[in-house]
Amino acid sequence: MRTHRISAALALTAAIVLTASACGGGGSGGGSNSSPKTLTYWASNQGSSLENDKQVLEPELKKFEAQTGIKVNLEVIPWSDLLNRILAATASGQGPDVLNIGNTWSASLQATGALLPFDQATFDKIGGKDRFLESAIASAGAKGKDPAAVPLYSMAYGLYYNKKLFQAAGIANPPATWEELVEDGKKLTSGDKYGIAIEGGNVSENVHNVFTLGMQHGTGFFDASGKPAFDSPEAVAAVKQYVDFIANDKIAAPGNAEYAANQSVTDFATGKAAMLMWQSAGANLKSHGMNPDDYGVVPVPAPAGATGDKATTSMVAGINMAVFKNTKNLDGALNFVKFMTSDEEQKTLNGTYGSLPSVKAAQSDAAFATPELQTLAGVLQKSAAPLPQVPTESQFETLIGTAVKNLLASAAAGKPVTEATVKDELSKAQQQMPAS
Amino acid sequence: MSEKVIDRQTVGKEAAPKGAAPARRRLRDKFGRSALPYLLLLPALLAELLIHLVPMVTGIVMAFKQLTQFFIRDWGSAPWSGFDNFKVALEFNAPVGKALLHSFWVTCGFTVLSVGLSWLIGVTASIFTQDAFRGRGLLRAAFMLPYALPVFAAVITWSFMFQRDTGLINHVLHDQLHLTSDKPFWLIGDNSFWALLTVSVWKSWPFAFLTLTAGLQNIPRELYEAAALDGAGVWQQIRRITLPSLRPVNLVLVLVLFLWTFNDFNTPFVLFGKSAPQAADLISIHIYQSSFITWNFGQGSAMSVLLLLFLLLVTAVYLFATNRRRGEAE
Repeated sequence: MRTHRISAALALTAAIVLTASACGGGGSGGGSNSSPKTLTYWASNQGSSLENDKQVLEPELKKFEAQTGIKVNLEVIPWSDLLNRILAATASGQGPDVLNIGNTWSASLQATGALLPFDQATFDKIGGKDRFLESAIASAGAKGKDPAAVPLYSMAYGLYYNKKLFQAAGIANPPATWEELVEDGKKLTSGDKYGIAIEGGNVSENVHNVFTLGMQHGTGFFDASGKPAFDSPEAVAAVKQYVDFIANDKIAAPGNAEYAANQSVTDFATGKAAMLMWQSAGANLKSHGMNPDDYGVVPVPAPAGATGDKATTSMVAGINMAVFKNTKNLDGALNFVKFMTSDEEQKTLNGTYGSLPSVKAAQSDAAFATPELQTLAGVLQKSAAPLPQVPTESQFETLIGTAVKNLLASAAAGKPVTEATVKDELSKAQQQMPAS
Repeated sequence: MSEKVIDRQTVGKEAAPKGAAPARRRLRDKFGRSALPYLLLLPALLAELLIHLVPMVTGIVMAFKQLTQFFIRDWGSAPWSGFDNFKVALEFNAPVGKALLHSFWVTCGFTVLSVGLSWLIGVTASIFTQDAFRGRGLLRAAFMLPYALPVFAAVITWSFMFQRDTGLINHVLHDQLHLTSDKPFWLIGDNSFWALLTVSVWKSWPFAFLTLTAGLQNIPRELYEAAALDGAGVWQQIRRITLPSLRPVNLVLVLVLFLWTFNDFNTPFVLFGKSAPQAADLISIHIYQSSFITWNFGQGSAMSVLLLLFLLLVTAVYLFATNRRRGEAE
């Protein structure tokens, strides 16, 4: 009886603990053409809901079917699941044929070997490498390697500002330097209204913003040999500058520190905050009832007189399209990539989603001539830098994003934020990077 | 008890055919009879093997491999790393080990408080609802509500309530009751521990309540009547009759609650998302971060194996200690 209960408890315990880490066995086969009539496509969530994405994409997939006779099975996957799904697909070898990836994951996923490399011959099949924007191609894999994906939708960060609130505070022009931004922010902050809204609980937003600030201070968070340099003086200065919005400048509401469900966009749209740094927020603001005439978009501030990397005002944001190496319909998959990156589809899809085309020829279309998109297109061409394209990029995103989140949390709780506390947090993040 | 009964039955049956049938038939009979239960168990056993044992063994094997993003596509090619993953996890002066140890202590404190409070509330509520009164059924049903709700829906509601600026908790504490000078954060920073504890207790005490209510039904009424005649007050009745009678139920209940709470993943994950605040960094979330987010599955598995060993140890000690004490009592 006793041994029985013990062994039952052992089994229960063991089962609970280890089911979490269990996955299937991996396959190592390459692509083939054994199932040429169907494709599975994992799309990322670009629209206002998963349902909305289906409505946007289905008609286009029908067009593709009419042209080629290939039926595309669409699955729209929320961002919170996408990376885990891709990892599971990689580990099991059971994945889609074509999939969307966040472009910052490119190098990390490239390192797993799960994605089809786009070499010269592959690029030729989809219409050539030259059709794509250089900055977008640069964020599709590690430098010196064949890209693991091709850019599909492009986005960039801009500084959105509320024209009415600026006018009411007597500010004539949007800020062009950080000093101006902080100064304006202070003028705009009173009562429960704040100068700027940030998404402090969102790890990705944090890392995107401190990356831009890092570039301006002269660090990409990795040294020339690809080793992490998270706690360099430049990185500390960059992170502190961001955290100071809450800690010292007090131009962002302390409550921002726990925002992780796009509350900052809501705050901006409802006039609770006068500025917002966001990528392609137009469609999102519209859904909150904000009129495009009520806000302006300018590049994110940079240090006065900065040039080159120090004039970076945004990461190269965007979505890439990749082909799973294990696909059973290689030709069909490439055909589909060609279709989705054609000038025609690029105009339609980016026009609907409020993002920018990744192919040069589609950029000049009238749909992208709004002031917002023209500003963002300018940023993408002139002052956007890709996040570090290194295999450990996804670890970097998580660790630095979390470190900034922790710092913002302690700033919001009224604890002092100094260079020492920032450096301490960043050192901790760096120590958790895998040694290699 | 039950073992003895079974023994007596088999003895009786074996005694009957003795001498009557040839020895070979008796052997086959005996074999056929004893094999049948095992045959019936076989499907369950296979399923158990497939669902529990295989992933477990896989997980243990993974712990000895350097299974990073470079190798997940083809596990076989991942190099063996011996005890390296364990060494990293157990080196408490280095960052990874230190963080794991911190997470371990947080989890221990959290589990003790959560199980203790759940049990206390459960036992109180079950004793109060023991005697019949108008609306008792309704109240019992209401108590069971948290247990019946889907975890995700319940916890996401809590996360809305805990929001600093728009949440219900701060509205009541700060705006209505003026208990705090400033609106506190619940989902980030040090308070997150208490937020997590609140949700966890809310979620698990109905189970304690249910189990203990069932246990109470087995206590004979006469015991209380006799005690009342002897002049025992309510408090004495609870201490001398109710609690000792509930002991067998409590033994199992506390163990199960302990295992569930210690391993709880859903609550912190839904409440805080992928990166839990330091103060509420439960071990299951920590392991998830170490494997899924940093893509180091070998490391995550090693931590899981360590957790498994710890829980096995606790369970074994617990069962050993409680069984021995019961033996002494008898």
